[in-house]
Amino acid sequence: MRSDKSLLWFDSVKVSFGDVDALDGICFNVREGETRIVMGAAGSGKTVMLKTAMGLNRASAGKVTLLGEDITHKPENDLFAIRSKVGMLFQESALFDSMTIAQNVAYPLLNQQGERMPREKMEEAVRDSLRFVELEHTMLKYPSELSGGMRRRVAIARAVVTKPALLLYDSPTAGLDPITAHTIMALIVKERDVDNTTALVVTHRYQDGNLVANFRYNSSSGRLDPCADAAENTIFMVLKEGRLVFEGKQSELEASKDSYISKFVKRPEKSGI
Amino acid sequence: MLDFLKGPLEAIQDFYLLAGRALRNIARKPHYTDDIKIQMDSIGVGSIPIVLLTGFFSGAVMALQMGRALQQYGQTGRTGTVVSIILVRELGPVLTSLMVAGRNASGIASELGSMKVTEQIDAMRALGTDPEQKLVTPRMIATAVMLPCLTVIDDFVGMLGGWLIGKLVYDLDWLQYWSQAWRALDWTDVIQGLLKPFVFSFVVSLIGCFYGLKASGGTQGVGKATTQAMVAASVTILILNLFMGLIFVKYTGN
Ligand SMILES: Nc1ncnc2c1ncn2[C@@H]1O[C@H](COP(=O)(O)OP(=O)(O)O)[C@@H](O)[C@H]1O
Ligand SMILES: [Mg+2]
Repeated sequence: MRSDKSLLWFDSVKVSFGDVDALDGICFNVREGETRIVMGAAGSGKTVMLKTAMGLNRASAGKVTLLGEDITHKPENDLFAIRSKVGMLFQESALFDSMTIAQNVAYPLLNQQGERMPREKMEEAVRDSLRFVELEHTMLKYPSELSGGMRRRVAIARAVVTKPALLLYDSPTAGLDPITAHTIMALIVKERDVDNTTALVVTHRYQDGNLVANFRYNSSSGRLDPCADAAENTIFMVLKEGRLVFEGKQSELEASKDSYISKFVKRPEKSGI
Repeated sequence: MLDFLKGPLEAIQDFYLLAGRALRNIARKPHYTDDIKIQMDSIGVGSIPIVLLTGFFSGAVMALQMGRALQQYGQTGRTGTVVSIILVRELGPVLTSLMVAGRNASGIASELGSMKVTEQIDAMRALGTDPEQKLVTPRMIATAVMLPCLTVIDDFVGMLGGWLIGKLVYDLDWLQYWSQAWRALDWTDVIQGLLKPFVFSFVVSLIGCFYGLKASGGTQGVGKATTQAMVAASVTILILNLFMGLIFVKYTGN
Protein backbone atom coordinates (compact mmCIF):
# COMPACT_ATOMS: atom_id res chain seq x y z
CA MET A 1 0.00 0.00 0.00
CA ARG A 2 2.85 2.36 0.73
CA SER A 3 4.35 3.65 -2.46
CA ASP A 4 7.32 5.82 -3.24
CA LYS A 5 5.12 8.67 -4.40
CA SER A 6 5.82 11.72 -2.30
CA LEU A 7 2.77 13.66 -1.14
CA LEU A 8 4.48 16.26 1.01
CA TRP A 9 8.10 17.24 1.03
CA PHE A 10 9.72 19.78 3.35
CA ASP A 11 13.22 20.71 2.21
CA SER A 12 15.14 22.71 4.86
CA VAL A 13 12.03 24.74 5.63
CA LYS A 14 12.26 27.75 7.88
CA VAL A 15 9.26 29.77 9.02
CA SER A 16 9.81 33.02 10.91
CA PHE A 17 7.46 35.46 12.62
CA GLY A 18 9.47 38.62 13.14
CA ASP A 19 12.51 37.52 15.13
CA VAL A 20 11.00 34.19 16.18
CA ASP A 21 11.84 31.12 14.12
CA ALA A 22 8.80 28.90 14.54
CA LEU A 23 10.38 26.26 12.28
CA ASP A 24 14.03 25.94 11.37
CA GLY A 25 15.68 23.58 8.90
CA ILE A 26 12.83 21.08 8.77
CA CYS A 27 13.36 18.23 6.30
CA PHE A 28 11.06 15.28 5.79
CA ASN A 29 9.23 13.51 3.04
CA VAL A 30 5.77 11.98 3.42
CA ARG A 31 5.08 9.10 1.06
CA GLU A 32 1.70 7.86 0.00
CA GLY A 33 0.17 5.45 2.53
CA GLU A 34 2.13 6.69 5.52
CA THR A 35 0.67 8.01 8.73
CA ARG A 36 2.96 10.38 10.58
CA ILE A 37 2.56 11.06 14.27
CA VAL A 38 3.93 14.50 15.14
CA MET A 39 4.81 15.12 18.77
CA GLY A 40 6.44 18.00 20.55
CA ALA A 41 6.03 20.39 23.47
CA ALA A 42 3.54 23.28 23.26
CA GLY A 43 4.96 26.00 21.06
CA SER A 44 7.41 23.65 19.32
CA GLY A 45 5.93 24.46 15.91
CA LYS A 46 3.48 21.62 15.22
CA THR A 47 0.61 23.85 14.14
CA VAL A 48 2.89 26.07 12.07
CA MET A 49 4.23 22.96 10.33
CA LEU A 50 0.77 21.79 9.28
CA LYS A 51 -0.25 25.27 8.15
CA THR A 52 2.94 25.65 6.16
CA ALA A 53 2.19 22.34 4.44
CA MET A 54 -1.00 23.93 3.06
CA GLY A 55 0.51 27.31 2.30
CA LEU A 56 -1.46 28.98 5.10
CA ASN A 57 1.90 30.05 6.53
CA ARG A 58 4.76 30.82 4.18
CA ALA A 59 8.28 29.44 4.38
CA SER A 60 10.91 32.16 4.69
CA ALA A 61 13.55 29.72 3.44
CA GLY A 62 13.59 26.24 1.98
CA LYS A 63 11.03 24.57 -0.22
CA VAL A 64 7.60 22.99 0.35
CA THR A 65 6.34 20.54 -2.25
CA LEU A 66 2.72 19.45 -1.86
CA LEU A 67 1.30 16.69 -4.08
CA GLY A 68 4.18 17.18 -6.49
CA GLU A 69 3.77 20.96 -6.80
CA ASP A 70 6.19 23.49 -5.40
CA ILE A 71 3.94 25.75 -3.32
CA THR A 72 6.64 27.79 -1.60
CA HIS A 73 6.07 30.98 -3.57
CA LYS A 74 2.74 30.25 -5.24
CA PRO A 75 0.32 33.20 -5.06
CA GLU A 76 -2.62 32.65 -2.73
CA ASN A 77 -5.11 32.44 -5.57
CA ASP A 78 -3.24 29.61 -7.27
CA LEU A 79 -3.16 27.61 -4.04
CA PHE A 80 -6.90 26.99 -3.80
CA ALA A 81 -6.85 24.22 -6.42
CA ILE A 82 -4.19 22.20 -4.64
CA ARG A 83 -5.61 22.89 -1.17
CA SER A 84 -8.84 21.25 -2.28
CA LYS A 85 -6.97 17.93 -2.41
CA VAL A 86 -5.88 18.20 1.22
CA GLY A 87 -8.10 18.00 4.29
CA MET A 88 -7.24 19.78 7.51
CA LEU A 89 -8.63 19.50 11.00
CA PHE A 90 -7.83 22.64 12.97
CA GLN A 91 -6.84 22.57 16.62
CA GLU A 92 -10.06 24.17 17.91
CA SER A 93 -12.17 22.60 15.12
CA ALA A 94 -12.68 26.03 13.45
CA LEU A 95 -16.28 25.28 12.50
CA PHE A 96 -18.15 28.32 11.17
CA ASP A 97 -20.36 29.54 14.03
CA SER A 98 -22.91 31.15 11.75
CA MET A 99 -23.64 27.98 9.78
CA THR A 100 -25.43 24.75 10.60
CA ILE A 101 -23.51 21.49 10.83
CA ALA A 102 -24.71 20.45 7.36
CA GLN A 103 -23.66 23.83 5.89
CA ASN A 104 -20.27 23.51 7.55
CA VAL A 105 -19.66 20.09 6.05
CA ALA A 106 -20.97 21.25 2.66
CA TYR A 107 -18.73 24.33 2.69
CA PRO A 108 -15.73 22.82 0.87
CA LEU A 109 -18.01 21.21 -1.72
CA LEU A 110 -19.71 24.54 -2.40
CA ASN A 111 -16.65 26.73 -2.37
CA GLN A 112 -13.77 24.76 -3.76
CA GLN A 113 -12.88 25.36 -7.35
CA GLY A 114 -13.42 22.79 -10.01
CA GLU A 115 -16.64 21.28 -11.20
CA ARG A 116 -19.61 21.75 -8.90
CA MET A 117 -21.41 18.60 -7.75
CA PRO A 118 -25.11 18.33 -8.49
CA ARG A 119 -27.26 19.15 -5.50
CA GLU A 120 -28.43 15.62 -4.67
CA LYS A 121 -24.89 14.27 -4.86
CA MET A 122 -23.71 17.01 -2.55
CA GLU A 123 -26.40 16.25 0.01
CA GLU A 124 -25.48 12.60 -0.17
CA ALA A 125 -21.78 13.36 0.33
CA VAL A 126 -22.56 15.52 3.37
CA ARG A 127 -24.80 12.84 4.82
CA ASP A 128 -22.21 10.10 4.19
CA SER A 129 -19.51 12.15 5.77
CA LEU A 130 -21.58 12.88 8.87
CA ARG A 131 -22.60 9.23 9.07
CA PHE A 132 -18.90 8.34 9.02
CA VAL A 133 -18.43 10.29 12.25
CA GLU A 134 -21.81 9.08 13.57
CA LEU A 135 -23.36 12.53 13.79
CA GLU A 136 -25.98 12.33 11.07
CA HIS A 137 -28.66 13.50 13.50
CA THR A 138 -26.98 16.87 14.12
CA MET A 139 -27.27 18.19 10.54
CA LEU A 140 -29.53 21.12 11.41
CA LYS A 141 -27.86 22.10 14.67
CA TYR A 142 -25.32 24.89 15.11
CA PRO A 143 -21.75 24.26 16.33
CA SER A 144 -22.46 26.01 19.64
CA GLU A 145 -25.06 23.35 20.43
CA LEU A 146 -22.50 20.51 20.28
CA SER A 147 -19.91 19.32 22.78
CA GLY A 148 -16.19 19.76 22.10
CA GLY A 149 -15.80 16.14 21.05
CA MET A 150 -18.75 16.34 18.69
CA ARG A 151 -17.36 19.51 17.12
CA ARG A 152 -14.09 17.71 16.47
CA ARG A 153 -15.99 14.91 14.77
CA VAL A 154 -17.90 17.40 12.61
CA ALA A 155 -14.60 19.02 11.69
CA ILE A 156 -13.29 15.58 10.67
CA ALA A 157 -16.41 15.11 8.54
CA ARG A 158 -15.75 18.48 6.90
CA ALA A 159 -12.11 17.57 6.29
CA VAL A 160 -12.88 14.20 4.66
CA VAL A 161 -16.00 15.16 2.67
CA THR A 162 -13.96 15.96 -0.43
CA LYS A 163 -12.07 12.63 -0.21
CA PRO A 164 -8.67 14.29 0.04
CA ALA A 165 -5.47 12.40 -0.70
CA LEU A 166 -3.71 13.86 2.33
CA LEU A 167 -5.14 14.69 5.76
CA LEU A 168 -3.61 16.98 8.36
CA TYR A 169 -4.97 16.59 11.89
CA ASP A 170 -3.93 19.32 14.33
CA SER A 171 -4.15 18.01 17.89
CA PRO A 172 -7.39 16.08 17.36
CA THR A 173 -7.39 14.77 20.94
CA ALA A 174 -6.18 17.86 22.81
CA GLY A 175 -8.46 18.91 25.65
CA LEU A 176 -10.72 15.87 25.42
CA ASP A 177 -11.46 13.24 28.04
CA PRO A 178 -9.77 9.84 27.41
CA ILE A 179 -12.93 8.16 26.13
CA THR A 180 -13.79 10.89 23.63
CA ALA A 181 -10.14 11.11 22.60
CA HIS A 182 -10.17 7.38 21.90
CA THR A 183 -13.31 7.78 19.78
CA ILE A 184 -11.61 10.47 17.71
CA MET A 185 -8.46 8.39 17.22
CA ALA A 186 -10.57 5.39 16.23
CA LEU A 187 -12.16 7.59 13.54
CA ILE A 188 -8.73 8.60 12.28
CA VAL A 189 -7.65 4.94 12.04
CA LYS A 190 -10.95 4.11 10.35
CA GLU A 191 -10.45 6.90 7.81
CA ARG A 192 -6.95 5.60 7.10
CA ASP A 193 -8.12 2.04 6.54
CA VAL A 194 -11.38 2.75 4.69
CA ASP A 195 -10.15 5.43 2.29
CA ASN A 196 -6.40 4.64 2.31
CA THR A 197 -5.49 8.21 3.10
CA THR A 198 -2.10 9.49 4.03
CA ALA A 199 -2.07 11.61 7.17
CA LEU A 200 -0.11 13.75 9.59
CA VAL A 201 -1.49 13.55 13.11
CA VAL A 202 -0.32 16.02 15.73
CA THR A 203 -0.74 14.74 19.28
CA HIS A 204 0.86 14.93 22.68
CA ARG A 205 -0.57 11.58 23.79
CA TYR A 206 1.68 8.63 23.12
CA GLN A 207 -1.25 6.22 23.18
CA ASP A 208 -2.67 7.98 20.11
CA GLY A 209 0.44 7.09 18.12
CA ASN A 210 0.43 3.63 19.60
CA LEU A 211 -3.15 3.09 18.45
CA VAL A 212 -2.34 4.20 14.90
CA ALA A 213 0.77 2.00 14.77
CA ASN A 214 -0.74 -1.20 16.17
CA PHE A 215 -4.40 -1.34 15.27
CA ARG A 216 -6.46 -1.69 12.15
CA TYR A 217 -10.11 -0.95 11.48
CA ASN A 218 -12.16 -4.10 10.92
CA SER A 219 -14.97 -3.14 8.58
CA SER A 220 -17.11 -6.18 9.36
CA SER A 221 -17.10 -5.80 13.13
CA GLY A 222 -16.70 -2.00 13.07
CA ARG A 223 -13.99 -2.25 15.74
CA LEU A 224 -10.25 -1.86 15.95
CA ASP A 225 -8.24 -5.08 15.88
CA PRO A 226 -4.58 -5.40 16.85
CA CYS A 227 -2.40 -5.57 13.76
CA ALA A 228 1.37 -5.53 13.55
CA ASP A 229 1.59 -4.36 9.90
CA ALA A 230 0.43 -0.83 10.58
CA ALA A 231 3.66 -0.04 12.44
CA GLU A 232 5.52 -0.34 9.15
CA ASN A 233 3.69 2.69 7.74
CA THR A 234 3.52 4.70 10.95
CA ILE A 235 6.35 7.14 11.39
CA PHE A 236 6.90 9.24 14.49
CA MET A 237 8.32 12.74 14.37
CA VAL A 238 9.33 14.81 17.39
CA LEU A 239 9.71 18.58 17.23
CA LYS A 240 11.67 20.64 19.70
CA GLU A 241 11.71 24.43 19.49
CA GLY A 242 11.12 24.44 15.75
CA ARG A 243 13.59 21.67 14.93
CA LEU A 244 12.95 18.09 13.99
CA VAL A 245 14.81 16.04 16.59
CA PHE A 246 13.45 12.59 15.82
CA GLU A 247 12.00 10.75 12.83
CA GLY A 248 11.48 6.99 12.82
CA LYS A 249 9.41 3.95 13.70
CA GLN A 250 7.80 3.33 17.07
CA SER A 251 10.47 0.81 18.05
CA GLU A 252 13.19 3.38 17.38
CA LEU A 253 11.30 6.01 19.35
CA GLU A 254 11.00 3.70 22.31
CA ALA A 255 14.69 2.89 22.12
CA SER A 256 15.72 6.55 22.16
CA LYS A 257 17.90 7.60 25.08
CA ASP A 258 17.38 11.33 24.52
CA SER A 259 15.65 12.78 27.58
CA TYR A 260 13.38 15.15 25.59
CA ILE A 261 12.30 12.44 23.15
CA SER A 262 11.75 9.73 25.73
CA LYS A 263 9.43 12.06 27.65
CA PHE A 264 6.90 11.50 24.91
CA VAL A 265 7.08 7.73 25.23
CA LYS A 266 4.81 5.94 27.62
CA ARG A 267 4.90 2.17 27.69
CA PRO A 268 1.75 1.02 25.94
CA GLU A 269 0.95 -1.49 28.71
CA LYS A 270 0.64 1.39 31.13
CA SER A 271 -1.40 3.65 28.90
CA GLY A 272 -4.32 1.29 29.18
CA ILE A 273 -5.99 1.38 25.80
CA MET B 1 16.20 56.21 15.34
CA LEU B 2 12.84 56.30 13.66
CA ASP B 3 12.08 52.77 14.76
CA PHE B 4 9.04 53.87 16.76
CA LEU B 5 7.44 54.98 13.48
CA LYS B 6 7.92 51.61 11.82
CA GLY B 7 4.96 49.89 13.48
CA PRO B 8 2.32 52.56 12.72
CA LEU B 9 3.63 53.13 9.19
CA GLU B 10 3.51 49.41 8.45
CA ALA B 11 -0.01 49.27 9.83
CA ILE B 12 -1.08 52.16 7.59
CA GLN B 13 0.50 50.48 4.61
CA ASP B 14 -1.25 47.19 5.42
CA PHE B 15 -4.51 49.08 5.75
CA TYR B 16 -4.17 50.66 2.31
CA LEU B 17 -3.26 47.31 0.77
CA LEU B 18 -6.34 45.73 2.35
CA ALA B 19 -8.51 48.59 1.08
CA GLY B 20 -7.06 48.23 -2.41
CA ARG B 21 -7.72 44.49 -2.51
CA ALA B 22 -11.23 44.94 -1.13
CA LEU B 23 -12.02 47.45 -3.90
CA ARG B 24 -10.45 45.27 -6.59
CA ASN B 25 -12.49 42.30 -5.36
CA ILE B 26 -15.69 44.11 -6.38
CA ALA B 27 -14.80 43.32 -9.97
CA ARG B 28 -13.59 39.79 -9.32
CA LYS B 29 -15.45 36.53 -9.12
CA PRO B 30 -16.92 34.92 -7.10
CA HIS B 31 -19.47 37.49 -5.89
CA TYR B 32 -20.97 36.70 -2.53
CA THR B 33 -24.29 38.48 -3.03
CA ASP B 34 -25.98 36.60 -0.19
CA ASP B 35 -23.37 37.92 2.21
CA ILE B 36 -23.95 41.47 0.94
CA LYS B 37 -27.67 41.12 1.65
CA ILE B 38 -27.06 39.73 5.12
CA GLN B 39 -24.68 42.58 5.91
CA MET B 40 -27.07 45.21 4.54
CA ASP B 41 -29.67 43.86 6.88
CA SER B 42 -27.40 43.77 9.91
CA ILE B 43 -25.58 47.06 9.27
CA GLY B 44 -28.41 49.04 7.68
CA VAL B 45 -31.71 47.80 9.03
CA GLY B 46 -30.13 46.94 12.36
CA SER B 47 -28.92 50.51 12.83
CA ILE B 48 -32.30 52.18 12.21
CA PRO B 49 -33.42 52.36 15.87
CA ILE B 50 -30.21 53.99 17.03
CA VAL B 51 -30.28 56.40 14.06
CA LEU B 52 -33.88 57.38 14.80
CA LEU B 53 -33.00 58.13 18.39
CA THR B 54 -29.84 60.15 17.69
CA GLY B 55 -31.52 62.03 14.84
CA PHE B 56 -34.55 62.99 16.84
CA PHE B 57 -32.74 64.14 19.94
CA SER B 58 -29.92 65.95 18.15
CA GLY B 59 -32.44 67.86 16.00
CA ALA B 60 -34.57 68.68 19.02
CA VAL B 61 -31.73 69.97 21.15
CA MET B 62 -30.39 72.00 18.26
CA ALA B 63 -33.75 73.68 17.69
CA LEU B 64 -33.94 74.40 21.42
CA GLN B 65 -30.60 76.23 21.52
CA MET B 66 -30.86 77.85 18.10
CA GLY B 67 -34.36 79.10 18.86
CA ARG B 68 -33.13 80.79 22.01
CA ALA B 69 -30.12 82.35 20.31
CA LEU B 70 -32.28 83.59 17.44
CA GLN B 71 -34.84 84.96 19.89
CA GLN B 72 -32.34 87.63 20.92
CA TYR B 73 -32.51 89.03 17.40
CA GLY B 74 -36.21 88.44 17.10
CA GLN B 75 -35.59 85.80 14.44
CA THR B 76 -37.03 82.67 16.06
CA GLY B 77 -38.84 82.12 12.79
CA ARG B 78 -35.58 81.19 11.10
CA THR B 79 -34.99 78.16 13.33
CA GLY B 80 -36.00 75.85 10.47
CA THR B 81 -33.28 77.24 8.20
CA VAL B 82 -30.51 76.82 10.73
CA VAL B 83 -31.57 73.36 11.89
CA SER B 84 -31.82 72.05 8.36
CA ILE B 85 -28.47 73.42 7.15
CA ILE B 86 -26.53 72.16 10.16
CA LEU B 87 -28.23 68.79 10.11
CA VAL B 88 -27.77 68.09 6.43
CA ARG B 89 -24.25 69.45 6.13
CA GLU B 90 -22.66 68.38 9.37
CA LEU B 91 -24.54 66.81 12.21
CA GLY B 92 -26.49 64.23 10.21
CA PRO B 93 -23.49 62.69 8.42
CA VAL B 94 -21.17 62.88 11.42
CA LEU B 95 -23.54 61.65 14.11
CA THR B 96 -24.91 58.85 11.95
CA SER B 97 -21.42 57.75 10.97
CA LEU B 98 -20.18 57.90 14.55
CA MET B 99 -23.13 55.86 15.73
CA VAL B 100 -22.65 53.28 12.99
CA ALA B 101 -18.91 53.27 13.74
CA GLY B 102 -19.66 52.58 17.40
CA ARG B 103 -22.06 49.85 16.49
CA ASN B 104 -20.56 48.27 13.37
CA ALA B 105 -16.83 49.04 13.19
CA SER B 106 -16.60 47.38 16.59
CA GLY B 107 -19.11 44.68 15.63
CA ILE B 108 -17.20 43.81 12.47
CA ALA B 109 -13.87 43.82 14.33
CA SER B 110 -15.15 41.51 17.04
CA GLU B 111 -16.81 39.13 14.58
CA LEU B 112 -13.78 38.87 12.29
CA GLY B 113 -11.44 38.90 15.28
CA SER B 114 -13.21 35.91 16.84
CA MET B 115 -13.02 34.12 13.52
CA LYS B 116 -9.32 34.90 13.32
CA VAL B 117 -8.36 33.65 16.78
CA THR B 118 -10.46 30.48 16.43
CA GLU B 119 -8.75 29.70 13.08
CA GLN B 120 -11.98 30.10 11.10
CA ILE B 121 -10.20 32.52 8.79
CA ASP B 122 -7.50 29.91 8.13
CA ALA B 123 -10.22 27.30 7.68
CA MET B 124 -11.85 29.48 5.00
CA ARG B 125 -8.57 29.68 3.13
CA ALA B 126 -8.05 25.95 3.52
CA LEU B 127 -11.56 25.23 2.23
CA GLY B 128 -11.35 27.26 -0.93
CA THR B 129 -12.46 30.82 -0.12
CA ASP B 130 -10.55 34.07 0.02
CA PRO B 131 -11.59 35.58 3.38
CA GLU B 132 -11.17 39.11 2.05
CA GLN B 133 -13.49 38.38 -0.83
CA LYS B 134 -16.02 36.64 1.36
CA LEU B 135 -15.88 38.84 4.48
CA VAL B 136 -14.38 42.26 3.72
CA THR B 137 -15.85 43.20 0.34
CA PRO B 138 -19.50 42.39 1.23
CA ARG B 139 -19.21 44.44 4.42
CA MET B 140 -17.66 47.32 2.51
CA ILE B 141 -20.37 47.34 -0.16
CA ALA B 142 -23.18 46.97 2.36
CA THR B 143 -21.93 49.86 4.49
CA ALA B 144 -21.35 52.10 1.45
CA VAL B 145 -24.97 51.60 0.37
CA MET B 146 -26.58 51.80 3.78
CA LEU B 147 -24.76 54.65 5.51
CA PRO B 148 -26.00 57.39 3.11
CA CYS B 149 -29.54 55.99 3.45
CA LEU B 150 -29.27 56.04 7.23
CA THR B 151 -28.03 59.63 7.05
CA VAL B 152 -31.11 60.68 5.07
CA ILE B 153 -33.30 59.08 7.73
CA ASP B 154 -31.31 60.81 10.45
CA ASP B 155 -31.62 64.21 8.73
CA PHE B 156 -35.35 63.85 8.34
CA VAL B 157 -36.01 62.67 11.87
CA GLY B 158 -33.76 65.47 13.15
CA MET B 159 -35.86 68.06 11.39
CA LEU B 160 -38.93 66.43 12.84
CA GLY B 161 -37.45 66.70 16.34
CA GLY B 162 -36.52 70.32 15.65
CA TRP B 163 -40.03 71.09 14.51
CA LEU B 164 -41.57 69.48 17.61
CA ILE B 165 -39.43 71.66 19.92
CA GLY B 166 -40.08 74.71 17.76
CA LYS B 167 -43.78 74.07 18.10
CA LEU B 168 -43.81 73.28 21.82
CA VAL B 169 -41.29 75.83 23.09
CA TYR B 170 -41.32 78.68 20.58
CA ASP B 171 -44.75 78.13 19.09
CA LEU B 172 -43.46 78.14 15.49
CA ASP B 173 -45.80 77.82 12.58
CA TRP B 174 -45.34 74.40 10.96
CA LEU B 175 -45.61 75.65 7.40
CA GLN B 176 -43.01 78.33 8.02
CA TYR B 177 -40.65 75.82 9.66
CA TRP B 178 -40.84 73.23 6.90
CA SER B 179 -40.76 75.64 3.99
CA GLN B 180 -37.71 77.36 5.45
CA ALA B 181 -36.04 74.05 6.18
CA TRP B 182 -36.64 73.00 2.58
CA ARG B 183 -35.62 76.28 0.93
CA ALA B 184 -32.46 76.59 3.01
CA LEU B 185 -30.94 73.61 1.22
CA ASP B 186 -28.80 74.06 -1.83
CA TRP B 187 -27.90 71.14 -4.08
CA THR B 188 -24.29 71.40 -2.81
CA ASP B 189 -25.63 70.78 0.70
CA VAL B 190 -27.31 67.62 -0.45
CA ILE B 191 -24.18 66.44 -2.25
CA GLN B 192 -22.06 67.22 0.78
CA GLY B 193 -24.59 65.51 3.03
CA LEU B 194 -24.48 62.30 0.99
CA LEU B 195 -20.85 62.25 -0.03
CA LYS B 196 -19.66 62.45 3.55
CA PRO B 197 -21.44 59.30 4.78
CA PHE B 198 -20.40 57.51 1.60
CA VAL B 199 -16.73 58.26 2.33
CA PHE B 200 -17.14 57.52 6.05
CA SER B 201 -18.70 54.16 5.23
CA PHE B 202 -15.31 52.93 3.97
CA VAL B 203 -13.72 54.13 7.20
CA VAL B 204 -16.25 52.17 9.27
CA SER B 205 -16.16 48.90 7.32
CA LEU B 206 -12.49 48.76 6.39
CA ILE B 207 -11.14 49.80 9.79
CA GLY B 208 -13.45 47.23 11.40
CA CYS B 209 -12.22 44.50 9.06
CA PHE B 210 -8.59 45.57 9.37
CA TYR B 211 -8.48 45.33 13.16
CA GLY B 212 -10.55 42.15 13.13
CA LEU B 213 -8.27 40.34 10.69
CA LYS B 214 -5.21 41.52 12.61
CA ALA B 215 -6.47 40.21 15.96
CA SER B 216 -4.27 37.72 17.76
CA GLY B 217 -3.90 36.34 21.25
CA GLY B 218 -7.26 34.79 22.10
CA THR B 219 -10.35 36.51 23.43
CA GLN B 220 -8.29 39.29 24.95
CA GLY B 221 -6.96 40.15 21.53
CA VAL B 222 -10.51 40.29 20.17
CA GLY B 223 -11.53 42.76 22.88
CA LYS B 224 -8.53 44.93 22.08
CA ALA B 225 -9.26 44.85 18.34
CA THR B 226 -12.86 45.85 18.99
CA THR B 227 -11.95 48.91 21.03
CA GLN B 228 -9.18 49.95 18.68
CA ALA B 229 -11.47 49.71 15.67
CA MET B 230 -14.12 51.89 17.26
CA VAL B 231 -11.67 54.55 18.42
CA ALA B 232 -9.74 54.62 15.16
CA ALA B 233 -12.91 54.80 13.05
CA SER B 234 -14.47 57.57 15.14
CA VAL B 235 -11.36 59.73 15.18
CA THR B 236 -10.79 59.24 11.46
CA ILE B 237 -14.38 60.26 10.73
CA LEU B 238 -14.04 63.47 12.75
CA ILE B 239 -10.77 64.40 11.06
CA LEU B 240 -12.04 63.63 7.56
CA ASN B 241 -15.21 65.57 8.28
CA LEU B 242 -13.25 68.74 8.95
CA PHE B 243 -11.22 68.33 5.76
CA MET B 244 -14.26 67.62 3.64
CA GLY B 245 -16.03 70.60 5.22
CA LEU B 246 -13.07 72.84 4.38
CA ILE B 247 -13.07 71.68 0.78
CA PHE B 248 -16.78 72.32 0.40
CA VAL B 249 -16.57 75.75 2.01
CA LYS B 250 -13.71 76.71 -0.29
CA TYR B 251 -15.29 75.48 -3.51
CA THR B 252 -18.93 76.28 -2.99
CA GLY B 253 -18.44 79.73 -1.53
CA ASN B 254 -20.79 79.55 1.42
N1 LIG C 1 0.85 34.00 13.53
C1 LIG C 1 1.90 33.96 14.38
N2 LIG C 1 2.55 35.09 14.69
C2 LIG C 1 3.61 35.07 15.52
N3 LIG C 1 4.09 33.97 16.10
C3 LIG C 1 3.50 32.79 15.85
C4 LIG C 1 2.36 32.73 14.96
N4 LIG C 1 1.98 31.43 14.87
C5 LIG C 1 2.81 30.74 15.67
N5 LIG C 1 3.73 31.54 16.24
C6 LIG C 1 4.82 31.11 17.13
O1 LIG C 1 5.40 29.97 16.59
C7 LIG C 1 5.75 29.03 17.60
C8 LIG C 1 5.15 27.68 17.31
O2 LIG C 1 3.75 27.76 17.45
P1 LIG C 1 2.78 26.53 17.20
O3 LIG C 1 3.11 25.88 15.92
O4 LIG C 1 1.40 27.07 17.33
O5 LIG C 1 3.08 25.56 18.40
P2 LIG C 1 2.42 24.15 18.74
O6 LIG C 1 3.51 23.16 18.58
O7 LIG C 1 1.97 24.26 20.16
O8 LIG C 1 1.28 23.95 17.79
C9 LIG C 1 5.29 29.63 18.91
O9 LIG C 1 6.40 30.22 19.53
C10 LIG C 1 4.31 30.69 18.50
O10 LIG C 1 4.30 31.75 19.40
MG1 LIG D 1 -0.72 23.90 18.09
